[in-house]
Amino acid sequence: MSRLVYVPRDAGALSLGAEAVAQSLRAEARRRGVALELVRNGSRGAYWLEPLLEVAGEDGVRRAYGPVSVRDVPSLFQADFLAGGAHPLALGPTEELPWFRGQQRLTFERVGRIDPASVADYVRHGGYAGLTRALGLAPGEIVAAVTTSGLRGRGGAAFPTGIKWKTVSEQAARQKYIACNADEGDSGTFADRMLMEGDPFALIEGMTIAALAVGATQGYIYLRAEYPHARRALETALAAAYQAHYLGADVAGSGRRFDLEVRLGAGAYICGEETSMLESLEGRRGEVRVRPPLPAIKGLYGQPTVVNNVITLASVPWILAHGAQAYADYGSGRSRGTLPIQLAGNIRRGGLVERAFGLSLRELLYDYGGGSASGRPIRTVQIGGPLGAYVPAGQFDTLLDYEALAGIGAMLGHGGIVVFDDTVDMARMARYAMEFCALESCGKCTPCRIGSTRGVEVIDRILAGEDGERNLKLLEALCDTMVQGSLCGLGGMAPFPVQSALKHFREDFRAQVR
Amino acid sequence: MKTLAAQELATVRRIIEECKGRPGPLIELLHAIQAELGFIPPEAVPVVAEGLNLSRAEVHGVVTFYHFFRRARPGRSTVSLCQAEACQSMGAAALSEHARQRLGVGFHETTADGRYTLEPVYCLGNCACSPAAMIDGELYGRLTPERFDALLAEDATSS
Repeated sequence: MSRLVYVPRDAGALSLGAEAVAQSLRAEARRRGVALELVRNGSRGAYWLEPLLEVAGEDGVRRAYGPVSVRDVPSLFQADFLAGGAHPLALGPTEELPWFRGQQRLTFERVGRIDPASVADYVRHGGYAGLTRALGLAPGEIVAAVTTSGLRGRGGAAFPTGIKWKTVSEQAARQKYIACNADEGDSGTFADRMLMEGDPFALIEGMTIAALAVGATQGYIYLRAEYPHARRALETALAAAYQAHYLGADVAGSGRRFDLEVRLGAGAYICGEETSMLESLEGRRGEVRVRPPLPAIKGLYGQPTVVNNVITLASVPWILAHGAQAYADYGSGRSRGTLPIQLAGNIRRGGLVERAFGLSLRELLYDYGGGSASGRPIRTVQIGGPLGAYVPAGQFDTLLDYEALAGIGAMLGHGGIVVFDDTVDMARMARYAMEFCALESCGKCTPCRIGSTRGVEVIDRILAGEDGERNLKLLEALCDTMVQGSLCGLGGMAPFPVQSALKHFREDFRAQVR
Repeated sequence: MKTLAAQELATVRRIIEECKGRPGPLIELLHAIQAELGFIPPEAVPVVAEGLNLSRAEVHGVVTFYHFFRRARPGRSTVSLCQAEACQSMGAAALSEHARQRLGVGFHETTADGRYTLEPVYCLGNCACSPAAMIDGELYGRLTPERFDALLAEDATSS
């Protein structure tokens, strides 16, 4: 009997040697005359265990081995791993690992569990149940379900998704669009990538439901060029979805049309800002547009457009399939549902943790993350990407929800958390924030374009010991100007890491001996 | 002004024909040119502008706005090292310095033998396995200077 063996094709797993492990497994099985069926799944998100190999037992339970390298393969066969044999790398049933047991995986329920290239496997694991439900509802009822669920934009802005969809649905237009923002540029984030590589049909289904709700017939996934693996996974899934008539002129036999394609970005962080992304989709420089009008009213090619992040859209099938209230039952305060948190940087057990809002930072960093990778004390974490504030260790009891973080002057953003140990130089990180803004500014507004460059210069002068106190005041005033005067979130938020570094780690801004 | 070689011109013209009926085709078209030629030759700009009925300034503006598009022929391999925060927290600066020393070039430069182009990149989405790099589309995680050297050595023996 042939055994199902899972070795991820997720880019992160591949970066640690999963491809070589898969090839070696095939070769060793052939050499031993053992029947083995290899599934290239997404990652479970426990990156410290990658490459994570799983074997499906006769009882249907998947048992994990990891991290596996090519030189472990012969000994795995010797230990009869296909029958669940004992081996130093054996971890037991995957979903019984403490890391997974406490998680509440809704949006990521299938990631790492299914074959991301197979519609049939997707459907077998509950896929397209949401679309089936949506096809039996009036457009207004779909919008109402999303509103009731409390889902807010997971890209970072946290705007209520249902309200956005309602605005688009109310517009009279000959053409409406669904534009998925897959320009996941924040350092410390990889949830979009994992989802697109591990369960691309969830995104396709979510976008199809959005199209039904607002009356759109064309969708685009704006994918960053840095994600070639996600691109291949999406292209494979799109072709399969067309083949199975889940996309095209007659979606699931409903008589409704929805076409969907991938458009590649070209390495511009600013294109994660929605109006800049629309400019880029139209083939132009990614310069931000002045709002109003909102994209929901005048978006792509001047038509009403839903712009949502990958995770937002991929959460919709679960909401439709299981009910809006079931989703809203998770969470805390006004942050409803679950959040896929990405633990990154200097952390022992980095990866993806999906939990209801309301987990404390401390629980996340120490219970899930196991402390720093270097073994040194964690000094600070940056939450929400390069525009997010640095949170000092003294505030690690803060809960992870939109309002609680806003309460300490931080923001959740796309849910990425980058960990730094006590060797970090915060003046240098502040300088980097300004430098990054200067590099990525679209150039349309002066506070961002000029302010970021002046910011780098002022920090350099402080560190060179030139008139320290006066220049620190100047830096604070400059941050204020950028926050108040920039056209979009890039210039408007790039000062947040700088301001938080000044507030919590002012001692790092002393003149440095050259 | 220099013009494109006949073969490159034919490639650019073919790509224009393939893309021009599509909505907002310029960026897709530039991706296609770069995929085939390795870069966007400056001499291709007027050809693309005419083909899409845009001004040269518009095409030039798009080519220069996006970091991904290059205007000079790159080395046979492109090594992109992540410089973003998560990788910084795990020693990206030291790794980058090692790579510069080892290859003898700075960022955005190509080695004298035309073998490697070194590029900075701002996040590869591999932030739980920092520091990360991409070499010719292949992703690498938890890179150390030793592992970096080993990869270059493998590359030298395989080609």
